[in-house]
Order: sequence, then C-alpha cells, then structure tokens
Amino acid sequence: MNSAVWITLALTLKVATWATGINLLLGAAMGWLLARKRFIGRELIDAVLTLPFVLPPTVLGYYLLVVIGKRGWLGSWLYQTFGINLIFTWQGAVIAATVVAFPLVLKSARAAFEAVDPQLEQAARVLGLGEWGVFFRVTVPMAWPGILAGTLLVFARSLGEFGATLMVAGSIPGRTQTLSIAVYEAVQAGQDSVANSLVVITSITCVVVLLTAGRLAPFRTAPVR
Amino acid sequence: MSFDVDISKLVGDNRRRFRLSVRFRTPARRTVIYGPSGAGKSLTLQALAGLLKPDSGRITFCDQALYDSVARVDVPARGRGFGYLFQDYALFPKLTVRQNIAFGLLTGLRNPSERGGGEVVDRSLRAFELVDVAAQRPSEISGGQRQRVALARALVNSPRALLLDEPFSALDPELRHRMRTELDELLKRIGIPVVMITHDPEDLKWFGDGALYIRDGSISERPTVPADVFAPGMQEV
Repeated sequence: MNSAVWITLALTLKVATWATGINLLLGAAMGWLLARKRFIGRELIDAVLTLPFVLPPTVLGYYLLVVIGKRGWLGSWLYQTFGINLIFTWQGAVIAATVVAFPLVLKSARAAFEAVDPQLEQAARVLGLGEWGVFFRVTVPMAWPGILAGTLLVFARSLGEFGATLMVAGSIPGRTQTLSIAVYEAVQAGQDSVANSLVVITSITCVVVLLTAGRLAPFRTAPVR
Repeated sequence: MSFDVDISKLVGDNRRRFRLSVRFRTPARRTVIYGPSGAGKSLTLQALAGLLKPDSGRITFCDQALYDSVARVDVPARGRGFGYLFQDYALFPKLTVRQNIAFGLLTGLRNPSERGGGEVVDRSLRAFELVDVAAQRPSEISGGQRQRVALARALVNSPRALLLDEPFSALDPELRHRMRTELDELLKRIGIPVVMITHDPEDLKWFGDGALYIRDGSISERPTVPADVFAPGMQEV
C-alpha cells in the first residue's frame, strides 16, 4: 500500500474527528434545549435540524454551496471580511460531514435528556444543589450513555460521508479527498488494487467504531432505578 | 407551630385544569395529609419543599417566610433545609449506597467519591444498618434497604423538617408493617417536624397526631382533627 492511502486515511480521520467534536457540543446543547425548554416552533426546529437525515447528500451539498460558497450569503461575507474560502478545503469537508451527521447526535441527545427522571433532579435540589450541580451531577451522568452513542454514530457517519463532501470540498488528493471519495475515484480509474485496500481499511475502521459504540453505550440498556 | 400554609395554584393545560387551593397549619409534630390520589397531596408537599411554585399565597415555617407572593419571597428548594422522601425514593441509580447518602454533603459540581462522606456517612450507614450494602447500587438492594437509604440520605444534612411522600406505597404489605414500626421509632428519636402525605388509612393510625383531609385540591378538617385546623379552603375555581 502506498503512502497516499495513509494520507487519505489520516485526512478522513481528521475530518471525522472535527465533525464529531463540533456535533457533540452543538448536538448536546440543542438536544437539551429541545428536550427541556418549551418554546414556539420547537418541533419545527427539530424537523429542520433533522432534514439532513432524509435529504439526499447532493441536495445538502447544494444548500451548503449556496450558504458558504464564494458567492453564498455567508461565504461571500467570510471571503470579503477575512479572506476565508471554505470551498475545496478540508474545513469545508468538516462542515459537510458535520451537517450530514448532525441529526444522529441531536436525536440521541434529545431522547437521552428526555429520559432523565425529573424526580432525580428534584431530589438533588432538595439535597441542597444549585442548578449547575443538578446538571453536572444528575442530568449529564444519566443522559451521557445516549449522547455518547449518538456521538459515535456521528463519527462513523462522518467517516463515510460522500455526496455533500464531494460537492463542497471536491476530490483533491492529499487535501480534500476522503476515503469514500478515493474509493469512487479508484474504481472510476480502474485501479482495482487501490480500491480494494481502501475498502478494507474503511470497513475495518467502521467496525471498530461500531464495536466501541456498542461497548461504551449499549443501545438497549434498561433504565435502572 | 411548624408550617403555616395558604396557597393556590392552577395546574394543567387547556383541556384539564386542576385548582389547588389549600390553607392549613401544622401544630403537631407529626402531620398526616390524607386523601385519595389526584387530590393534590403531592402538589402540596412539593410546594412545601420548594419544588412547585404556587401562583399566590404564602408558606411559613417556624415564622420564617419560605414563600410569599406579595412580599416576593421564594426560598429555593436547596435553601429550605428540609429532608424529602420521594414515593419511589428517587435514589441515584449510578451511585453506590454510600455515595447516595453522602450526596447532599457536597454542594459543588462533582459527586462524592465511592469512599467519600467521612464519619457522618459511616455513622449513618451504621444507624440504618446499611454497612454491608454500602458499595452496592440501589438496583442491587432490597426494597426495605432502599427506603432506609432514602431516609439516611434525607437526614444526613440534619434537616429542619422531614417531608414524606407516600413512604410505604412502594413496599409489599409485610415489609410495610415493619418499615412503619422502624420509621415510627426513628421519628420519635430525631424529633423534627414531619409532614406525611398518604392515601392509606393505616398510615393515619400510625402517624396521625394531626390529620388533615384533602380532596379536590382543598384541605378540610375531618370530624376528629384538632381545632387548630382552619376551615375548608376556598372551593370555587
């Protein structure tokens, strides 16, 4: 296997790790908000944020170009103000992977926060805890397995992201070409041996992630009371 | 006199509304609020503890205002200094018995360690015969032990009063009898004011120095209660 394959793997892991980190923070925060706060348009926001789950990745990619492209309403501002261009960069790939995988952590986090027995939080309040204490000592520990499970799914999903990433970041070997895109390019170019090794590496990585997810956070844990 | 309460609260949504409107004093050391389910017992107890904010009225304990809608006083639950025994105990499932009991001794952002709590918790474990199960989780111990853990946890901070929410309903009949006796002796020993809510007439016999009867959101005196109890609350919704 040549070094280009390892560079591709390293880039893929870097993009997936960033996308996962961002999604953990945003997804947990939004999940908590949707689970615990009552406000107008709550379910609409949930539906909009879940769209990436059902929309074709190419459609998402198109939307992203409209927003962060050089002539997009956010992209043009970034370019003119800071000289930042996200299209055809690995950061663009991170944004694509983040958006595509976001519903996975949002749904998990919302369900996890909703499943926390409010009475446990009440008990902590009576025992003298302030709201931050209640959050970090009762809510988060109870919701954590669900959030973690969603986060690992995000990582697995980000590793395999193809459509939106291709449209936003393109396929520049060593710079924006992730594993799934490299597989496509290798097959198109008739490089069967390269495709073979890429496919094996991708599969092994995903199996390891899923096994870790299953071990850290069993999906069917009965609530213990 | 311990509690002096006069509160009202409208709960529910547009389809189902429930008006809680209670007014009572608890002159006795032990007060039992007795009534069928759905009568507003739990809401009343939660209001005393600071877990439910009334719409209007006032709650005082030993002449200290805990809630007063006119004077805009609302002491949060953590500042009221009451012990609260939840109906199904609300033990923290991921913490050991020892950590559960030590929970309220630390008010920071981190839970007590598995050996935390020190002498206070050691004494509590011995007093409630929980030394052998100190390292176990609530799901691994018996129903009676769970209740003792919940009591130990509620009392470890030396609360000013103890609030009991249907303390025996989660137990089978035989255990219920034994735990009643245990609780009875414990309450005699610690001597702080106790308010218990229950729908079980047996609890009235055991604990009712002063009994209040609650129905449809308002409290009234029963034929046999002390004369200190106020007249029936405001009935109209």
